[in-house]
Amino acid sequence: MKTSVQKLLTIMCVVLLTGSANAQVLDEFPRTPDGKPDFSGIWQAMTNAHYDIEPHAAAYGPYPREMGALSAKPADLGIVEGGRIPYNEQARRVADQNRVDAITKDPLAKCFMPGIPRANYLPFPFQIVQSSDIILIAYEFAESNRIVYVDQPEIVSQVDAWMGHSNAHWEGDTLVVSVTGQMQDTWFDRVGNHHSFQMVVEERWTPAGPNHVNYSATITDPNTFTQPWTVSFPLYRHVREDMQLLEFKCVEFAEEYMYGEWRKEGTPIGNPPE
Amino acid sequence: MKSLKLLILSALTAFTGVAAAQTDYEAPRTEWGQPDLQGVWNFSSDVPMQRPERYGSQEFLTQEEIQERRDQIMAQRRAADEAAARISAQDIPDQTTNPGGYNDFWFETAGLGDVVRTSHIVYPENGRQPAYVEGAQIQFGGLGPDVPGDRPVRYVVGGIAKDGPEDRGLSERCIVGFNSGPPFVPSLYNNNMQIIQSKDTAVIMTEMIHDARIVPLVDKPALSDDIRLWSGDSRGYWDGDTLVVETKNFNGSRQSFGAAGHNYNAVLEERFTRVAYDQVDYQFTINDPSTFTDRITAIVPMIKMAGQIYEYACHEGNYGMINTLRGARVEERLVEEGVEIGERD
Repeated sequence: MKTSVQKLLTIMCVVLLTGSANAQVLDEFPRTPDGKPDFSGIWQAMTNAHYDIEPHAAAYGPYPREMGALSAKPADLGIVEGGRIPYNEQARRVADQNRVDAITKDPLAKCFMPGIPRANYLPFPFQIVQSSDIILIAYEFAESNRIVYVDQPEIVSQVDAWMGHSNAHWEGDTLVVSVTGQMQDTWFDRVGNHHSFQMVVEERWTPAGPNHVNYSATITDPNTFTQPWTVSFPLYRHVREDMQLLEFKCVEFAEEYMYGEWRKEGTPIGNPPE
Repeated sequence: MKSLKLLILSALTAFTGVAAAQTDYEAPRTEWGQPDLQGVWNFSSDVPMQRPERYGSQEFLTQEEIQERRDQIMAQRRAADEAAARISAQDIPDQTTNPGGYNDFWFETAGLGDVVRTSHIVYPENGRQPAYVEGAQIQFGGLGPDVPGDRPVRYVVGGIAKDGPEDRGLSERCIVGFNSGPPFVPSLYNNNMQIIQSKDTAVIMTEMIHDARIVPLVDKPALSDDIRLWSGDSRGYWDGDTLVVETKNFNGSRQSFGAAGHNYNAVLEERFTRVAYDQVDYQFTINDPSTFTDRITAIVPMIKMAGQIYEYACHEGNYGMINTLRGARVEERLVEEGVEIGERD
C-alpha cells in the first residue's frame, strides 16, 4: 500500500510527464517565423456527422430501390457536445419539417456553398494557406472559400455571405475566429438542422499534434436556440506526399436537379462525349 | 514631366518589350523572406487585347495618340453623365425606344494604371493573335441573339439555344467567370483578384465566381494526366522576384484564347512581378499548338486596391438561368397555341 507521499510523487510525475508530452506535441506543430502555429496544409474531418450532427444509428437512405446499401445513412456518434441541439420550440418544429424529405431540400444538393461550420466537416478536404494577417481557407466542395482577417477587427461584415465574414485573433496557440454575416439558408447537415440570419459562430482551432487540430465551433443564435451550443471534432492533416486540392465545381452536376423541369422535352442532359 | 517619363519608358520598353524589367523598385518581403505580392489587385483596362492593325508593330502610343484617347474617354464619360442626369431628372425617354446607356458608372473599362500600350498582346510582334491551326474550332458568343451551334458551349457569354442549361455560356451557368481565367483578361466589370502567400504556397483568387487557384511553390509530383480541371493545375516558382506559374491539365471545356479552340492541350505561363507599391505587372503566355500556330504573350498591369474581395455567389443567385429556360418554354407553348410573338432585340 502506497503512502500519501508516494501517491503525491506519483501524481506529480504523471503531471510532469503529461505536461512534457503536451509541450512536445506543440513543439512538433509547424510554426510561422513569429512563433504562431502554422495551420497551412490540407485538412479533413473524419466523421459521418455531415449526415446528421446529432448522434444517430444507421438508417435507410433516400434511394433504397435504386442504390441499395450505397445510399444508406451511416451511424455516427455526432459532434454536438451534449448530444442534442437546444432548439427553441418554433425552431424545433422547423427542424422536424425539414427532416421530412430533407434530401430534396438540402441546399448542398444545389451545389450551394455550405457555410460555417458545415464546410469543416464535409467529406471533402480543405486547404489552409496562412499568411501573417490573412488566412485563406479553400474548400474543395463547390470551390467555396473564405478569408480570415487576423487581428483586423476594423474589417467588419458589410453584406451577408454564404461563407460569412471571418475575423480572428490569437489566444495563445488557439486561433479564435468569429464568423458573422452568414446567410440564413445554409443547413448544418443533411437532415435539416438549421439556424437564422442572427447566427454567430465562434471557432477555435487548436494544435493537438503535428498532424491534428482540435476544432470547435460555438453557435449563438437567439432566434433559433435557447442557449449557445458547440460542435467539436478533430481535424486530420493529409500527409500523402502528392496530396492536393482538386476541383469539385458541382454546378454542372446540379443543373438538372435545379433546372430540369424547364429543359426542352427530349433535349439530352450534359454535353456529348468527345 | 509626365510626357518625358512616358517617352523614356517607351524608349526603354521598346528594347525589351517588358516594362516590368525597367524598374528599380524592390518588393517588400513576406515573413518567409519572399517577394510580397499580397493584396487585392484590379486588372481592368481600356487597352485592346489585340492591337489595331493601323499601329503595325508600334507597341506604345505616341503623345498625340495618348491625348486623342483621353479626349475620347472624356467624351464618353460626358455622354454617360448626361444620360444619367436625364434619368435622375425623371426625363425618362419613351419606353418603347432604347433609352441608351445610363448606368455605365460601374463598368470597369477605364483602366486604373497609366497604360500607354497599343495592345495587351506583345507577342507576336504585331500585337495580334496568331493564325489558327487548320481545323481549330471557332465559337463566338456575345450579348446578342443566340448563335445556333453545337455543344459543348465553350465561350462565356451568350448561347447556342435555350433548350437546356448546357446551351448557355459558361459564365451564365456560373461555372467560370468571364474574366477570371486563367489567364486574366480585362473585362467589363469585377476585374478584382487577390494574392495570398504562405511559406510554400501562393493563392491566386478571383472575386468572379470565387476561384481560389492554389499554386504550390515546392516540388510536387505532377498531377495525373487523367485529371483535368476547369482552371487547370498550377505549379509555381520564383524567378528572382517574379512569381512564375505554369498551368496545364485543362479540361478542354473552355476556349484556348479569344474565340478559338479548346484548352485541353494548352500550357499557360504567368509571371507576376511587383514593379511598384501599387502595381503588379502580369504577363501571360499561352502555348497551344492544337489551336494557334504560335504562342501568345500579353502584359496586363494590375493596380492595388484598398478594398477587400467579396463573395461572388453567382450560382446561388442565378435566377437568370431559370428565367431564361422557363421563358423559352412559355414562348414555345404560346407559339403552339397560335399566339404571335413579337420581334425582340
